[in-house]
Amino acid sequence: MIMAKPKPIEEIINEIKGFDKILVAGCNGCVAVCEAGGLKEVEILASALRMYFGNQHKNMQIDEVSLTRQCDKEYLAEIKDRIGSYDAVVSIACGAGVQFMTEMYNTKRIYPGVNTCFIGVTEEKGVWTERCQACGECILARTGGICPIARCSKRILNGPCGGSSNGKCEIDKDVPCGWQLIYERLKELGELKRFEEPVSPKDWATSRDGGPRKLVKEDSQI
Amino acid sequence: MSTTTPSKLEKILAAGHFAVTSECGPPRSCDQSIVDEKARLVGPYVDVINVTDNQTAVVRMCSLASCIRIKQLGFEPVLQMTTRDRNRIGLQSDLLGAGAFGINNVLCLTGDHQRFGDHPTAANVFDLDSTQLIQTVKRMRDEGKLLGGQEMAEGVRPQLFIGAAENPFADPFEIRVLRLAKKVAAGAQFIQTQCIYNMEKFKLWMQQIVDRGLNEKVSILAGITPMKSVGMAKYMKAKVPGMDVPDEIIKRLQGVPKDKVAAEGVTMAVEQIQELKECPGVRGFHIMAIEWEVMVPEIVERAGLSPRPEVS
Ligand code: SF4
Ligand code: SF4
Repeated sequence: MIMAKPKPIEEIINEIKGFDKILVAGCNGCVAVCEAGGLKEVEILASALRMYFGNQHKNMQIDEVSLTRQCDKEYLAEIKDRIGSYDAVVSIACGAGVQFMTEMYNTKRIYPGVNTCFIGVTEEKGVWTERCQACGECILARTGGICPIARCSKRILNGPCGGSSNGKCEIDKDVPCGWQLIYERLKELGELKRFEEPVSPKDWATSRDGGPRKLVKEDSQI
Repeated sequence: MSTTTPSKLEKILAAGHFAVTSECGPPRSCDQSIVDEKARLVGPYVDVINVTDNQTAVVRMCSLASCIRIKQLGFEPVLQMTTRDRNRIGLQSDLLGAGAFGINNVLCLTGDHQRFGDHPTAANVFDLDSTQLIQTVKRMRDEGKLLGGQEMAEGVRPQLFIGAAENPFADPFEIRVLRLAKKVAAGAQFIQTQCIYNMEKFKLWMQQIVDRGLNEKVSILAGITPMKSVGMAKYMKAKVPGMDVPDEIIKRLQGVPKDKVAAEGVTMAVEQIQELKECPGVRGFHIMAIEWEVMVPEIVERAGLSPRPEVS
């Protein structure tokens, strides 16, 4: 799932302060789960903005909506009839949602209300951590199900590096060393042999390095 | 033992001598005289001088330029290369440049993460890791091929003696030797270790290397760094990732008068070398006197490693 966190409110205020009518648009997909962009967060952000502009004695109408998803046209279409009446939208969906809304309503200004962070999991309530960098050529089968690209700070494929200490990464005592985890897992699986063979350079063309990516599934295109 | 390159380091090792290498950190400016000074200071006492590559992710004069300079001064450099700042295109391009200037040694590193360097907001590259850089150099040298498959004729391929670093004190300890084996399988011919202070752990690591016969395939150069002060020892223990400084080291330094601590640090380094000369598998010493290059000649002399043998 895609993780995001709210932008500092000052940044949002700075973008919208010149307008009179704003729509705050949430998304009930990923960003709702990580408590950054769902219905509840729409309410919180909208009330904070109302309070701010109220204190400034600025007459500002701030409305709320939360869509099922912002990365699908069919759900974006739900605001087709009302979007015309707003000066701008603050979308608190992920970066993809913000862009797709911009594409669909290209006469409107759509501002991002969150910082989109990573693909990850809910580790415990209120704690989300990264697991995948969408490299486009998954190697988890070789690494005991733990991703060295997302979980090693240097995305080393022949790890660990010399900075691994007590199971932690050299960059931070709170960050587990991905390669320590891989090692433990391979040991459990009896697959330590995988360690001894050098892994050759990866083809990054399927990753962001190959330029904007696209998937086509022909049998879905009817 | 026959040699694979014109490298002096390779020849020294092949002749069965203990090798002595040292290190020179280029300046954070264009002041080439700093490289010159350091090279002239340590050059006559060592076989080859490593030039660090933006060590600890701090921007410094580039390793390749400094290596060329050292070569011009008549000493033999080791080009350190990290994969943090350049992708396979940049790395191979620099390797070709190194070959063109007659540089014959390379040390393949992944590099420290930039988080603690002077540009923590930089993007990193890590297109390859150190093991893959070793593979790349080997392929360029032995097969005359770039990673993309393009070929180089014989005579115009980089002639590089390939080194790597290993930290016997990093975790998990059990796989340190396995990882070394992997670097050797990739093509590493010499290894410079992390600074050794925990002799017991180092010998345990060395024993495993000998048990696996890895010392027959790769020359291990033991990393020696003299402690300059009690503060340095404490700092290294607490702050430097992957550094193992036992309490006895700190206690011994604390046990001498303040103005004698540095001398004690040098004596400890000399004693370490003497002890490690007896350690099976150790083929030489990599003396890293960090910003204290002036002590290298004394350490080499007192450890009985001077004068350096002539090889041709
Ligand atoms: S290998 Fe690639 S696709 Fe698989 S988890 Fe890691 S980044 Fe994601
Ligand atoms: S300490 Fe572990 S996670 Fe961190 S960079 Fe090194 S191998 Fe990767």
